[in-house]
Amino acid sequence: MRVKHYAVWSALFVCIAASAAADDASAPGGVDQGMAMFDNGKLLATGGVSSLEGAGGGGLSTWALITGYGTRDGVGVDGHATYISLPAYSLWTEGAAVGLFDRVELSYTHLTFNTENVGAALGLGKNFEFDQDVYGAKIKLIGDAVYDQDSLLPQIAVGAQYKTTDHGNILHAVGAKSDNGTDYYIAATKLFLAESLLVDVTLRETKANQFGILGFGGDKHADYSTQVEGSAAYLFSRQFALGAEYRTKPDNLGIAKEDDAWDVFAAYFFNKHISLTAAWLDLGNIVIKDHQNGAYLSLQIGE
Amino acid sequence: MRKFGLAAAAALTIAAAPARADDTLFQDMGGQDAIAKIASDTTDNFLADDRIKATFDNTNMDRFRKLLAEQFCVVAGGPCTYTGRNMHDAHKGLHLDNADFNAVVEDLQKAMDKDGVSFATQNRFLARLAPMQHDVVTK
Repeated sequence: MRVKHYAVWSALFVCIAASAAADDASAPGGVDQGMAMFDNGKLLATGGVSSLEGAGGGGLSTWALITGYGTRDGVGVDGHATYISLPAYSLWTEGAAVGLFDRVELSYTHLTFNTENVGAALGLGKNFEFDQDVYGAKIKLIGDAVYDQDSLLPQIAVGAQYKTTDHGNILHAVGAKSDNGTDYYIAATKLFLAESLLVDVTLRETKANQFGILGFGGDKHADYSTQVEGSAAYLFSRQFALGAEYRTKPDNLGIAKEDDAWDVFAAYFFNKHISLTAAWLDLGNIVIKDHQNGAYLSLQIGE
Repeated sequence: MRKFGLAAAAALTIAAAPARADDTLFQDMGGQDAIAKIASDTTDNFLADDRIKATFDNTNMDRFRKLLAEQFCVVAGGPCTYTGRNMHDAHKGLHLDNADFNAVVEDLQKAMDKDGVSFATQNRFLARLAPMQHDVVTK
């Protein structure tokens, strides 16, 4: 598993280094030879950051923005690493995403959920881990969150996230119906520029228990349900935003109640290549532990 | 009660009337001279910007500076008249793309930073300019 992550990050750094070199070489003429595809033409922060499941968005929620800084004439690529420290658990995610012509976004993310002492208590073993892969695709349908300041129409995108989690036998034992599932969502994102406010509302059809870490569907409820994600972020400068998110989740498993999640976050965009997001995240109950809230830290590097 | 009804009706009438030029933004940006300075600094930034400076090769920059100041003043709600062509005609044939448009935005932001316009006020101004993307970007 680790090998795959290093490959993702290595590819990303090579990409950035190559592009930086191309920028230098072409600086006098002003024409980007070779790496013109990576036009870095979007405005700072307008690609969002990397959400938990790897899509461009906030921390918890997926937005309609296409990740990265490629305009409709270019592409953008980014990678992220995110660490969430909860009282009883920890969660790592690493992934990469590409935005194609500000229209299509493809993403891959790997989540590692560490059960720490709960793993021992449940007889799985201390630091027992669940690993999940998330493959995402998003397409922008209409609207432009930034330019369309003369209309209330948001930028609207639809997408799907195929998620597959290991330890299927354990997932079945806790009541999950499957170790894989696909979420479908529609996201509407609007920048109210005159108010320096970005707002998103996303509807998600999902069977995922705790984002899919505990499988899909359950003994209590087996089918899809519609869940809501809402975010608002206030821009204090071109580089700095403060916001909050709320996300409802299904409650499919009989063995443990699943709560909604929320966070408050601060995102700092150093430039179009590096951003850092820090949040306080509350996931509520996770299996035998209530009040799972803690720090969320995410680094995104892109080109 | 009747009085209140009349007041409410009057308020509704005012709200429904065509938007009168509100010069709050014009004032917040510092008035006509300050806006002319922003337009001039923005123009300097354009000419120093490798991404877009070639666009101005055949442009009379003195006239451009004057027209940009007029346009900024009008857009901000100030008592000016814009004497240039409309955005569509002015950019026809330049084959500008979104990256060019955003370069222009960044050069304007840099000028407003330099001239002390607060970020929130900058965004109020940019919000009025943003829809011009539809006319400016033809590629």
